[in-house]
Amino acid sequence: MIYSLVGYYSLILGLIIGLSLFYFSYKNFNNSNILDTKILSFTFLQLFFVIISFLCLIFSFVVSDFSNETVFNNSHTTKPLFYKISGTWGNHEGSLLLWLLVLTLFIFLFLVRTKNQPVKYKILTLVFQQIIIVGFFLFLIKTSNPFNYIFPIPTEGLGLNPILQDPALAIHPPILYLGYVGSSIIFSSVLAATSLKIISTSWASHIKKWILISWIFLTLGILLGSIWAYYELGWGGFWFWDPVENVSLMPWLALTTLLHCILVLEKKSILTSWVIILSIATFTLSMCGTFLVRSGILNSVHTFANDPERGLFILVFLFILIFLSILIFFFFHKDNDRKSSSFFWLSKETSILINNWFMMYFLSVVLIGTVYPIFLDVISSQKISVGPPFYHKLMIPFLIPFLLMMAIGPKLRWIKSQLKDKTYLISFFIISILLAFLVLKNFNQNILINTILISSALYLFFITLRDFFVKKYKNISQNISHFGFSLLILSILFNSLFSSEIITNLKIGETFENSKTKIVFESVDQKKEKNYNAIIGNFLISNHDGGEDRFSPQLRIYNQPVIATSEADIKTTLMSDKFIVINLVQNQDFFNVRYQVKPFMLWIWLSVILISLGGIVSLLKKDNEK
Amino acid sequence: MKVLRFFLIIILFFTFSVLKADELDKRNNITKNLRCLVCQGQSIYDSDSEFANSLKILVDRKIDEGLTEAEIYEYFKNKYGEWILYDPKLNKNTYILWFMPLLIFLFGGAIIFKKLKKKHD
Amino acid sequence: MKNKILPFSVIIIFGIIFFIFYKGLEDSKIYTPDVNTKKEIPDFNIKEFFSGENVKSSNIFKLDKIYLLNIWSSWCVPCRQEHAFLMNLSLDNKVNIIGMNYKDNLSNAENFLKELGNPYKEIYIDLDGTIAIEWGAYGVPESFLIYNNEIIKKYIGPLNQQLIEEINLLIK
Repeated sequence: MIYSLVGYYSLILGLIIGLSLFYFSYKNFNNSNILDTKILSFTFLQLFFVIISFLCLIFSFVVSDFSNETVFNNSHTTKPLFYKISGTWGNHEGSLLLWLLVLTLFIFLFLVRTKNQPVKYKILTLVFQQIIIVGFFLFLIKTSNPFNYIFPIPTEGLGLNPILQDPALAIHPPILYLGYVGSSIIFSSVLAATSLKIISTSWASHIKKWILISWIFLTLGILLGSIWAYYELGWGGFWFWDPVENVSLMPWLALTTLLHCILVLEKKSILTSWVIILSIATFTLSMCGTFLVRSGILNSVHTFANDPERGLFILVFLFILIFLSILIFFFFHKDNDRKSSSFFWLSKETSILINNWFMMYFLSVVLIGTVYPIFLDVISSQKISVGPPFYHKLMIPFLIPFLLMMAIGPKLRWIKSQLKDKTYLISFFIISILLAFLVLKNFNQNILINTILISSALYLFFITLRDFFVKKYKNISQNISHFGFSLLILSILFNSLFSSEIITNLKIGETFENSKTKIVFESVDQKKEKNYNAIIGNFLISNHDGGEDRFSPQLRIYNQPVIATSEADIKTTLMSDKFIVINLVQNQDFFNVRYQVKPFMLWIWLSVILISLGGIVSLLKKDNEK
Repeated sequence: MKVLRFFLIIILFFTFSVLKADELDKRNNITKNLRCLVCQGQSIYDSDSEFANSLKILVDRKIDEGLTEAEIYEYFKNKYGEWILYDPKLNKNTYILWFMPLLIFLFGGAIIFKKLKKKHD
Repeated sequence: MKNKILPFSVIIIFGIIFFIFYKGLEDSKIYTPDVNTKKEIPDFNIKEFFSGENVKSSNIFKLDKIYLLNIWSSWCVPCRQEHAFLMNLSLDNKVNIIGMNYKDNLSNAENFLKELGNPYKEIYIDLDGTIAIEWGAYGVPESFLIYNNEIIKKYIGPLNQQLIEEINLLIK
């Protein structure tokens, strides 16, 4: 009770502070060379109130205060404490409060950490960020208040959807939001810098740090989501091209492009317009993603409670921000690239441009694929689905030149360079092709596009691997990320090409056998837990080479809400994952058993961690330089 | 370096030795491209709803009857509409879907080409 | 001149996008197949409920007669609510109600009929759910109104009083 009250009024106070900050910014803007301490303390106060509000919601969940509607809808007394806490952001209202927390946290850190930049720029960044913050305060209070009362107070809650009760998913939203919402600070700062016409090399190196932070968290956030899908959604897939996954991928693509582009701006003071557009696009795409997911305009496996009013609010707010940025861009920004815009075809900036070109293409594929069904439905009321085959067909062929460019690009120097003494570039290429051909030939997977794709990924792999030894610490961060990317593509390719699967129906005591594998369904156990009942199948699986493994996949029937889930049993080793899952079939006495061997599964996760590690190294290096 | 490459080849050759059954492969391929009407975010392959399970049986039966992949898609399209196919066919409804990204790619290429050429003038 | 065209076209494009999203918000995003288009009934072999004999679909549906094919199951909760309406409809005798028992246990299904009554002229068994797919159904219950070997109308989900009245209207 008391928590809801405190939480709610903290939100109101936060909103009032947000509004008053506009006033202080206005007063401070013209008549001071130092940042008014009032502004800083008010920003802190706002953050403080959001934290209080967030803690109140967490406490309400922990003590299972069912007078709170959000808690009632998403929690249950029998839930383990860990999932009670993670349930705070596992729902629409709570996750929006998390949005707000990240928004206020980033602007506070930005004001504290930013030095050597004009005061006016800081104030203006604050103003733009406050526009977003106030918008979200209104959204939260008006349409999705997390502190609504219900009376009479229910004695028990409705519980959290069991597929959301997973450790990876518990930390997925906070990490993802740090990246997703963190990009708001890039948006605000670029609008401020454009208005003041101070986009320069020094601005670029200042904002690069924030881009890196967002990028690292976004990368890790997507990784966690993917791991969750692999463990919880069943059948061993890790990326479904589901709209919700796509909307997290789109800002990532834009942010990655921006990360490369900002390097050019930092070194050569060109491509300013492009940097501005990308910075705006990143946050706009994050918002757009939120709109697509929360409004229920798309249907996906991840369902939030849909409410048209919410959708409308975000839509209007999103387009206010878009039109605001368009106006600022066209009104204030004058392209002053021209005097220095000389590109030599063989130079680092050209290679980065080409990187941008491909990234934008990938982005457009994902964007168009995701929203096209909506457009078609509105215009001609035809309903179609756009799924994995569409994305694969349009992306995979373009991945080949992209990978090659990734290998060669970093070898080039700024302004102008020649490819002398680079025979190893060619010899590595030939080796890669031969190797890829051999691998595929040996396993009857002789498809031309796979050969070429694997060769180009191997090429990037070898080139970056060589650089670790030859170049040592020069460009190490970039090299780690590129190496990680080559590893990612290779793992995904080998994973999809060489995974094998057995699908069969087995009764207890029965055995399935083919030339390679023998599956014995030994017995069934039952287990009673606090929040679910489980049926555990005991399997003994032996390979033709004599290896034996015991598996115990589960069928769980959760009590609140009553939902049956299958928990896969996964044995992870360095080289492959063995994955087994069972399912009940309506009115039959057998179980549907699926057993998969998925090579290089662990490497997919590891390579994404490597990619973000590159970002972390770069961030730390920057701090040391100062 | 040489050692590493050799190592890699050895790994590759010993890890994957499972050959796949064509029939099952074909069935999985087809069911991955069909969308489940019950849990609407998942493919038939990923879903384990009653509907998806029956559909898998039917796909097997159609393969046994000798229908090609395209014919099977056509069969389900007739029953449930275009929506069930994850791989939208190229027709007047989907020209924009398929060609817009490619146009954007060409457009981007043109801009870069122009920027590079400017230098020579 | 050139400087003006670009901002305006960008604003117009985003305006259109806004409008389309706005429109898109209005209707439901849960997909249901088209229910109004007439279709030929499928061709299949099916087991009879009581005798277990195989019957050809052409022997079940005759020309010039109106049929209501109802897919049901004893484990399906909405089927229970729907059953009373089917019983009422069967009293009029204007339409031949054919039952298709979906993925059910035989004794459970028999108990279900004993408990709630049997509105069906004939009942057939679809044990693995594949014949329901031949009909273009994807859940239980679903009902099909059939005349002259054509599906006139399809009802997804349980029938209620309003839909029964609609069926009575269509029969006339």
